[in-house]
Amino acid sequence: MRFVLKTNYAQDINLFLHNGQRFWYGLLIAALILAPFFLENFYIGELTYLFIWVIAGAGLMLLIGYTGLVSMGHAAFMAIGAYAHAVLFKLGVPFLPSLLMAALISGFLGAIIGVAALRMTGIYLAVATISFAFIIEKVISAWRPVTGGHRGFIVPEPVMFGVDFGSDLVFYFLCLVIVVVVMLLVMNLLRSPTGRAMVAVRDSEISAQAMGVNLVQTKTLAFTLSAAFTGLAGALYSHKIGMLFPENFTIFLSIKLLMLVVVGGLGSVHGIVFGAMFISILPQVIAIVRDFLPSWLAYRRGLEPLVFGAILLFFLMYEPLGLYGRWVKIRAYFTQFPLYRKSTFKRQKSYLRTERVH
Amino acid sequence: MSVFEAKEIGVSFGGVRAIHDVSFAVEKGEIFSIMGPNGAGKTTVFNLISRFYDLDQGDLFLNGERISNIPPHEVAARGVARTFQNTELFENETVLQNLLTAHHTHRRTSFLSEMFFFPKVRRQELKFRETVEDIIDLLHLQSYREQRIDALPFGARKIVELGRALCLEPQLLLLDEPSSGLNPEETEDLSFWIEDINEELGVTIIMVEHDMNLLGQVSGRVMALSDGELLTIGTPDEVREHPDVISAYLGE
Repeated sequence: MRFVLKTNYAQDINLFLHNGQRFWYGLLIAALILAPFFLENFYIGELTYLFIWVIAGAGLMLLIGYTGLVSMGHAAFMAIGAYAHAVLFKLGVPFLPSLLMAALISGFLGAIIGVAALRMTGIYLAVATISFAFIIEKVISAWRPVTGGHRGFIVPEPVMFGVDFGSDLVFYFLCLVIVVVVMLLVMNLLRSPTGRAMVAVRDSEISAQAMGVNLVQTKTLAFTLSAAFTGLAGALYSHKIGMLFPENFTIFLSIKLLMLVVVGGLGSVHGIVFGAMFISILPQVIAIVRDFLPSWLAYRRGLEPLVFGAILLFFLMYEPLGLYGRWVKIRAYFTQFPLYRKSTFKRQKSYLRTERVH
Repeated sequence: MSVFEAKEIGVSFGGVRAIHDVSFAVEKGEIFSIMGPNGAGKTTVFNLISRFYDLDQGDLFLNGERISNIPPHEVAARGVARTFQNTELFENETVLQNLLTAHHTHRRTSFLSEMFFFPKVRRQELKFRETVEDIIDLLHLQSYREQRIDALPFGARKIVELGRALCLEPQLLLLDEPSSGLNPEETEDLSFWIEDINEELGVTIIMVEHDMNLLGQVSGRVMALSDGELLTIGTPDEVREHPDVISAYLGE
């Protein structure tokens, strides 16, 4: 078990607590840089998808995990990012600026939804965001001159300065850089006043206001940043799938993203990565298990959503802190062995809450 | 000039007149207490000052400026901090994070500079941390620093909440029943802290309190409320012996 002797306040501000962490994260980055030179194309592609899910998940985690605003329509922001980027790029905007502009457009629409959603929380907000996602889906399928509707929209090969970003290798490194940058931005935000304001809004709106947190500003900002990151993920996703259809961005994708943050672990940055790994691996596992199922069940439509839904429910009921929470418990078990007590993570509920004034 | 003044304030919820025509002024450096039976409207007065409720009549003034129609976070930005009767902390965060959050009104950085964590953000964080540590030392919270709120006993939560309010570096502090849920020893500590906060930090305090001993020890003037109406304002002894106050508590 490691005890860190803190000798100055900067240690609590730094991203890494001790050199051990620096070493392991450095090793992870090094492994990710070397990986594509040893892996087959299929696995490079899968890793790229993983990065895209991490970027989208980072956006949603800020909103659900840290600000406590539930969105069940984040597929809409992925769609906005994907179509905005594809259309702009086709119109001749260079590749990287077009990615950025897609994120900004998505963030702008997120801000509008954020303002509209200010007075809503919980289930009402979830329903409102689902409706927003349906509207976006319908707009995409109806706005044929721009989006191509159900006939689809071919995303052009991403080339800039003569570099073909479409090749698996280059695109992999592009996504890797963006993932690292996005994660750093999110972690910086969380260790500064804005991040604390978001958490304050999540835990107690009334108390947040009493501490001088501007609810309107904080919630709108959370929605904007969340939509921008998810939109950026959508823009990258458009190149991975090559052809855009409205069917790529249905409620099923929204639930997949929701599952990412819930299964990963609400309110943890590690949870984003764990959740992204989980939703990348799950479809493969389902495909493998399918071979062992009786045929009347294996090829029935809806098997995958059923499994997704069941797992989501399972985590909500039995491990609300997700895979990250489970990992923390397992780690505590081994570092404290044989002294680990099951009740370490039991929290006493406080039934005394100030009378709500809303 | 008074630090805080309420002029003929009133509010009704449906047909219930929670506060009716109450006026009082609090001088700089004073410890002003509000007492009254259950449902007298003591916490409602606090919620009106914090601007969680809108006034139906009357006006509130802070340093002579009208605050009757500014949003709640503006009230905090002008130096009014408060605690809640049954504590209202950020449950999933550590004590340290809770105290740091209270520095929100002193923030001078934008979210963009925070996302890139420019040197000035780091300097600001260090400054916040130093003042938080001062409060931790003042209230002896060292052993709780890294603990999550939901793992703390109720008494400790009350003290953390007091500390969080102090981190806002307020000029006016509203304490809603600070001693409820504390044992006699903790209440004793609390009375010393309240005096320290008042005298050494120069904070004006308005306090809702039931504990007559605590009231008698620390407060200068006491206001008695009953059914939303002002009964009397005076020293603790005067108020305790006032016939209207006795009949409000004990009946005719």
